[in-house]
Amino acid sequence: MNADLMIAIPEITLLALACLVLVVDAYSKDPLHLLSYWITQASLLITLGLVLYYFPEDASIAFHGSFISDAMSATLKAFICGISFIVFLYSHEYLKEHQCLKGEYFVLGLFAVLGMMIMASAYSLLSVYLGLELLSLSLYAMVAMQRTSSSASEAAMKYFVLGALASGMLLYGISMIYGLTGSLQLITIADVINVDSANRMYLVYGMIFLIIGIAFKLGAAPFHMWVPDVYQGAPTSVTLFISSAPKLAAFAMAMRILVDGLLPLLSDWQSILMILAVLSMAIGNIIAISQTNIKRMLAYSTIAHVGFLFLGFIAGTATGFAGSMFYIISYALMSIGAFGMIILLGRFGFEADMLDDFKGLSERSPWFAFIMLCFMFSMAGVPPFLGFWSKWFVLKELVASGFVVLAAVAVVFSIIGAYYYLRIIKLMYFDKPDSMTAIKASRQMRFVLSINGLAILVLGLIPNILMSLCLSALAG
Amino acid sequence: MIEQVVFYLFASMLLLSASMVVVMKNPIHAALFLVLSFFSSAAIWLLLQAEFLAIALVLVYVGAVMVLFLFVVMMLDINLVTIREGFARYLPVGIIVALLMVTAMGLVVGSNYFMSENYMAVKEVSADHSNTRELGLTLYTEYLYQFEIAGAILLVAIIAAISLSMSKAKLTKSKNPGDQVFVKKKDRLRVIKMQAEKKE
Repeated sequence: MNADLMIAIPEITLLALACLVLVVDAYSKDPLHLLSYWITQASLLITLGLVLYYFPEDASIAFHGSFISDAMSATLKAFICGISFIVFLYSHEYLKEHQCLKGEYFVLGLFAVLGMMIMASAYSLLSVYLGLELLSLSLYAMVAMQRTSSSASEAAMKYFVLGALASGMLLYGISMIYGLTGSLQLITIADVINVDSANRMYLVYGMIFLIIGIAFKLGAAPFHMWVPDVYQGAPTSVTLFISSAPKLAAFAMAMRILVDGLLPLLSDWQSILMILAVLSMAIGNIIAISQTNIKRMLAYSTIAHVGFLFLGFIAGTATGFAGSMFYIISYALMSIGAFGMIILLGRFGFEADMLDDFKGLSERSPWFAFIMLCFMFSMAGVPPFLGFWSKWFVLKELVASGFVVLAAVAVVFSIIGAYYYLRIIKLMYFDKPDSMTAIKASRQMRFVLSINGLAILVLGLIPNILMSLCLSALAG
Repeated sequence: MIEQVVFYLFASMLLLSASMVVVMKNPIHAALFLVLSFFSSAAIWLLLQAEFLAIALVLVYVGAVMVLFLFVVMMLDINLVTIREGFARYLPVGIIVALLMVTAMGLVVGSNYFMSENYMAVKEVSADHSNTRELGLTLYTEYLYQFEIAGAILLVAIIAAISLSMSKAKLTKSKNPGDQVFVKKKDRLRVIKMQAEKKE
């Protein structure tokens, strides 16, 4: 038992620290909630440190087969903590400026991070589901927290109702798989399917419901309806959060269910994912063109990126999955940067969420126009930025597995998608600004956002670091 | 034999009451049918010799959750007209999708694979076998991890509910004795000079 607890030490620590923030914040009278904020950031760093300190040499399973600690889970957990750290830094800035700071934001955020970590190392369908619920429940509340904003309430309602529906689908799929294999543990499920394949049709039936759940959480078409409304309606601080770290957790969920549990059904889920991937890339890239709100545009761009993410799964090899992992990590880094930029340009009573707000940014602040250029070029997949390499690795693996037509379709859609990213760059560099209002943001926000943008460029110049990290995470 | 009769009785009652929950126009009736469906499923649990779960279902759901639920339904002024708006418009699409789903699912679930002979019968246990003990042992050993996560989820639910419903804005009126002490005459009393009115 003791050994089990030691394996889960990062999760246990984070849970305890989240409760500490809850208690500290209840007694704090500070309108800026600085103490809760610093404890939150410290707990993320402590958890990150513990994850790295106890980085597992090889996979070990605990708690009667419902928890696994392997290189993939540890790598993802480290990125989840690191990205959430940056997210909280940006969102503290936003909440302070827009005067809607509440201590519960940090508590719920930490619980959401805990949910993501549970998903990353879940090894039974029940842990996957519970981790997902912990994450989703915290996110629903975070979206709804700005109670005076009707668009936030609407977004929260849509997110909650559709999320509950997706959870229902996932549970139905889990119950089917449990009924057929007699186990909730992913490893046992894979073994049972390998031995007895007579009931394949019924397993596929259950698997479809699981894939619906995964597709909903990632926001893949045709289960993408909530994404634009939630991204636009939620406060930018929460949109920033939803679009980054939870995507890593959803990737982990897909890896655990599809690869660890249902790998014997590879040919079946490959064809389903192919439909989801093509639809997502088509809908995401084409509808994004007609958007005037940048948050909504980035929402459609998420849908398109998720389509690309699935391509690595379709490749069906360990290197293909590593390509997907590389893709989702680089997407999360770009996404926090792009939303961080919206926060940087906004001020009290003014949300810089329209495309026109980026007009002439190069005259107002040449440096931040350059940083935004890094994010946009990277999302469009222009070399030498990180986004180019993530697309390249996924496509390379896809072609190596023989899906040449699919790879060609993906390239065509990313060329279509390049239009709306380049439009922002055109607005920034070739248009006259509407107002010359100086950018008002704290020094730390400017510093971290600059590092964020330069990281996209530097990691793009030496892509092997991140790639070898992903490859070694999935080698086991 | 008797067992089968009892099973089919309660199973049909469960299906009937569950569909009534969806069909009923009056939310109070729907909630009461939900109570009936909980009772029927508790009876089916009993047939599976899971007496603890059956009792928990009746005590927790019927006794506590549904009473609260009924209370809320009666407190809220639910306007059925707005809820049913657009019902007729979406009905054809809904029926087509539902029929497709039911047929596809029926083909899979209704096939021979799910016949009862493919599944083990319930194990006979002695009369003094403690279901509660068994459940407790499993819950606190094998499913300890999940149990703890469920606890965290409930904590998040409480935090979310409180932070969403509690408002720091001043909605209630209260007096501040400190301010009362320092009140001056001119804060409360205004002396106005005016002409005396003449009697006509």
